[in-house]
Amino acid sequence: MNQNDTLTIGGKEFHSRFILGSGKYSLNLIEAAVKDAGAEIITLAVRRANTKKEENILDYIPKHVTLLPNTSGARNAEEAVRIARLARELGCGNFVKIEIMRDAKYLLPDNFETIKATETLANEGFIVMPYMYPDLNAARDLRDAGAASIMPLASPIGSNKGLSTRDFIQILIDEIDLPIIVDAGIGKPSQACEAMEMGAAAIMANTALATAGNLPLMAHAFSHAIEAGRSAYLAGLGRVLVRGAAASDPLTGFLHEGGN
Amino acid sequence: MENRFFVDSAHLSKDALAKKHRLETDPSFRKSHMEYLPGMEQISSDISEKVLTHMNGYDPSAYTQKEVKEALSGDVCAIDGLKALLSPAAEPFLEQMAQRARLETSKHFGNTVYMFTPLYIANYCENYCVYCGFNCYNHISRMKLSTEQIEREMKVIAESGMEEILILTGESRAQSDVAYIGEACKLAQNYFRMVGLEIYPLNTDEYRYLHECGADYVTVFQETYDVQKYETLHLLGHKRVWPYRFDAQERALLGGMRGVACSALLGLSNFRKDALATALHAYFLQRKYPHAEISLSCPRLRPIVNNEKINPLDVGETKLCQIICAYRIFLPFAGITVSSRESASFRNGIAKIAATKISAGVSTGIGDHETKYTGKENGAAKGDEQFEIDDNRSLERMYQDMSAEGLQPVLNDYLYV
Repeated sequence: MNQNDTLTIGGKEFHSRFILGSGKYSLNLIEAAVKDAGAEIITLAVRRANTKKEENILDYIPKHVTLLPNTSGARNAEEAVRIARLARELGCGNFVKIEIMRDAKYLLPDNFETIKATETLANEGFIVMPYMYPDLNAARDLRDAGAASIMPLASPIGSNKGLSTRDFIQILIDEIDLPIIVDAGIGKPSQACEAMEMGAAAIMANTALATAGNLPLMAHAFSHAIEAGRSAYLAGLGRVLVRGAAASDPLTGFLHEGGN
Repeated sequence: MENRFFVDSAHLSKDALAKKHRLETDPSFRKSHMEYLPGMEQISSDISEKVLTHMNGYDPSAYTQKEVKEALSGDVCAIDGLKALLSPAAEPFLEQMAQRARLETSKHFGNTVYMFTPLYIANYCENYCVYCGFNCYNHISRMKLSTEQIEREMKVIAESGMEEILILTGESRAQSDVAYIGEACKLAQNYFRMVGLEIYPLNTDEYRYLHECGADYVTVFQETYDVQKYETLHLLGHKRVWPYRFDAQERALLGGMRGVACSALLGLSNFRKDALATALHAYFLQRKYPHAEISLSCPRLRPIVNNEKINPLDVGETKLCQIICAYRIFLPFAGITVSSRESASFRNGIAKIAATKISAGVSTGIGDHETKYTGKENGAAKGDEQFEIDDNRSLERMYQDMSAEGLQPVLNDYLYV
């Protein structure tokens, strides 16, 4: 890992580009994410943290890790803002990942409401990381509303289907001067690697690890894949041919014969 | 074979007995089960028509292994696939169905299993539903908890660690009015993170009021979607009106509730058709209200006080497993609740396949949690239960058992916003 290649979000530097999502939680998963994948940011659902004595997941998360509370359960901007404020009251810090869903089946984010919530929370001093459907206009609005990063989905959450929205994420990477963190749908290390090669700033995953046969080994694999993809991006990818082969003799070489 | 539901209590007056017998034997003596009564809100909805069209046209025997294999091989299971999975042709594929169901459950819920407990606060009822222990002609010990008693019960339950409660009443507006239930919801907010309701169907404004009091989930069992069969089982009272009951979930969502649950009581009628209708009820609700959290329950008939012989007939555990797997494959995102009517071994098994929510520390009686949870007799009167439960594990025991099964017990995943 290149120690100088850090990820900066909201003025804070991170060495790891793997972020653990919150969908399926367990102590084993958190341990593997921190130890084997090197995660420095862990998402937690405020609704799961807002619990009593038996199983508060806040207790599971190591102190050196940055908490990224999310607003899952919010159906509009107003609810997301309330959940974010509750997270701050619970001692989760200033980072917040906005998740607003008006769809209980696919859990697709509502970009319009997300922009509204981003504006309110950024004005209140939160470091806002909005989860969104990869739409360039919405991403620009989020940036203008004060987002600290943009988190487009790769595929429907939990689906492990990989980069279904590849071309649109690439547009965000090319056009938005904020860290683009690919969130949701990454099912395999190779997909994480591909997103990093494209220039994504980081990868958020959960289900891919949580449902793996060997959790620590999969966490390890993700860590390597993300580093490999990042290195490839920094190195500059070699020429990739779209189709056919290149002729070793230029077809237009005849134009120069005779030196005319 | 049919269940014998009619039981005459020696405590009924001659006139009451005569009325009961006439209701049981003379259909013309009963009110229409399809006409709304005064005060019942009618909303505009096409969901019941869609569900009934599918259910009435469903012939389970028409499906073959070919359709079952198709249903199991696609990425998404459509309505025709659901019909195949609920048919007898799917029975040899139960293990494959379970494997697929487990995969879908893990994609949407991981290995979590949510815990809750029901709290019955009153068992007065104005309906004559022939299979139910609370029915108005059944001679049982009736009771309605006072506000202080409700709080006492809630304290005892909350001390066990439970964070989600489901408040239930018998169906009596006179004895357990909306204001009374609202007070129970307000109290519950002090002790629990999540408050659900399983009470008589209400109008939209009443659901809105109870939502403001702290409730966010509403369960209404349709009992049977077979309209004609329904007529023969619900002989008296508001519950007799089938369409008002059917639209309850929609009114609850219109009133601001976050989620609703649907269910048939399996064993009352053709279980394949009832299971189909239950799943489609949930399916069409989700399409119309995509923000709503939709869940299904899958109760079977149980013995009641004064009628020990009531049973779920042909819906054995294997059939129930088939139904629940079909629900999961068709509705991967839906919550599925399996109640303490079922045995501990069945619930342990089904939680690993498809169920996402199970009750623990259950009493279906009134005012007996303190005795049950602490072993202390407080000397107070108690009301009889709605039905007999099978799995009576405490929360602590259930938590341990679910963990031992490799599942992650969850007590709360919810915020009231």
